[in-house]
Amino acid sequence: MPLIAFYILGAIVALSAVLVVAARNPVHSVLWLICAFFTSAGLLVLIGAEFLAMLLVVVYVGAVAVLFLFVVMMLDVDFVELKQGFQNYVVSGAAIALILFAEIGVIAASIGPGSNATMDPSPGADTNAEAIGAVLYTDYLLLFQLAGLILLIAMIGAIVLTLRGRPRAKRQNIAEQTGRKRKDAVELRDVRPGEGV
Amino acid sequence: METLIQWGGGVWGGIGLAVLQIAAFLLVLLLGIAFLLWMDRKVLAAVMMRKGPNVVGPFGLLQSFADFLKFVLKEIVIPAGANKTVFLLAPILSTTLALVTWAVIPVAPGWVISDLNVGILYIFAISSLGVYGIIMGGWASNSKYPFLGGLRSAAQMVSYEVSIGFVIVTVLLLVGSMNLTDIVNAQAGGFWNWHAFLLTPEKLPLFPVMFAMFVIFFVSALAETNRPPFDLPEAESELVAGYQVEYSSTPFLLLFLGEQVAITLMCALATILFFGGWHAPFPVPIAADLPAWLTSLGSFAIFVVKVVFFFFIFALVRALVPRYRYDQLMRLGWKIFLPTSLVAVIVVSAYVVFLQPGMEA
Repeated sequence: MPLIAFYILGAIVALSAVLVVAARNPVHSVLWLICAFFTSAGLLVLIGAEFLAMLLVVVYVGAVAVLFLFVVMMLDVDFVELKQGFQNYVVSGAAIALILFAEIGVIAASIGPGSNATMDPSPGADTNAEAIGAVLYTDYLLLFQLAGLILLIAMIGAIVLTLRGRPRAKRQNIAEQTGRKRKDAVELRDVRPGEGV
Repeated sequence: METLIQWGGGVWGGIGLAVLQIAAFLLVLLLGIAFLLWMDRKVLAAVMMRKGPNVVGPFGLLQSFADFLKFVLKEIVIPAGANKTVFLLAPILSTTLALVTWAVIPVAPGWVISDLNVGILYIFAISSLGVYGIIMGGWASNSKYPFLGGLRSAAQMVSYEVSIGFVIVTVLLLVGSMNLTDIVNAQAGGFWNWHAFLLTPEKLPLFPVMFAMFVIFFVSALAETNRPPFDLPEAESELVAGYQVEYSSTPFLLLFLGEQVAITLMCALATILFFGGWHAPFPVPIAADLPAWLTSLGSFAIFVVKVVFFFFIFALVRALVPRYRYDQLMRLGWKIFLPTSLVAVIVVSAYVVFLQPGMEA
């Protein structure tokens, strides 16, 4: 049963990964990418790593891909022109693909064909989340914190790059707006007919 | 149940049972939502001193069913230049995702389709996908207003998800489990154990923090589900009806249904995380003597009453509060809720590590 599920999910992942590249419409590409992410989360559930699966969905599908879609929809890029440069990237793209396949091959070879090694999604703990937390916050605490720091720097960098001081920009002071009272804004006048204010 | 599993030969019997459970759950949920919709309109009408729906059935009770028939029987109009597949996929996606989330919601002791260990994370993951229905619908319509509505909605939902996530983390820290049944059982005993009103002597220092978290969760839930006062994606005075402009008939019904299911889900989530789930506000001494099915049914009734209460508050807010401006919305999410909930996560984790009995490291 899990084997059937694995083959179905794997086929969907592979197919949607191909379609990410093959789709003509960039928005469709992103949608196929989301499909690939989501199905990979299903694969993770299949090996019992439910915590990782949920994180994959929250982070990649729920946040990263939303921004991706956002940008692709907003940008008015001429994709026909972009596709014409395709040949220039073939060599580097093929090299990356080769390296990735080699890595998978090395791992597969180290396990060896026909070995009955099974995967343990939560070594030394009851649940997946506990196992990951125990490793992240003890053995790799420094690296984990460093990764967070790098992300923080990237975030600040993005803000600094896009922040331009626009002196004439219109800004609202919310405290001033909500602190406004009736007597500062409205005045009741007794107007006589035909005389005006 | 056992016979069904044996009759079907293991796996298939299990699948059959799950399908039956899901069908029953969906039936109750959708019927409930039909009447909740009616209640929503009645509350709005009462605040405006109108009568509200009162023609179909007694007190207009069957109005939702009449609306349903009308939606289904109308012609589906697909605008020229729309991206057909994505246009039709969007409403299906939004309804499916909203319904799928209910799989892990426990409505009474043991009454849950899938008792996942990472239940709350599952809800968070799936509900963060809800935004796709809106963006896809807005983009595929090939029209200005829906597109603007979709973009607004995407920015809004991504912003408020962050603070909802941190609020959920505070509850997780207190309970020490991501299983929704565990979260509910941690609040047993009486309303002074509910996370919104932690009034027991040992947890009293956390009361203001957790109450603030409850308020933040509720307001973020309003924003996350695009309800007034945060309904900017469909602000009718600016965007006609936002991302739904081009939708008609059944696709519109599905978008609308997905929205309502998500709102009801948020009510259920508020009940589970902060209002003790199916537990009564006061200890019921005779509960131990009652037969199991009666306590289950009673618990279910209590859960439903709490969900309806939250839905009532949602409806009241819709009627009473004027719409936010977009910059105010973003300011509230990023400059007020996010820092507050971050500080609360630190305070609650400090409490759990240093003060909670039995947790000293």
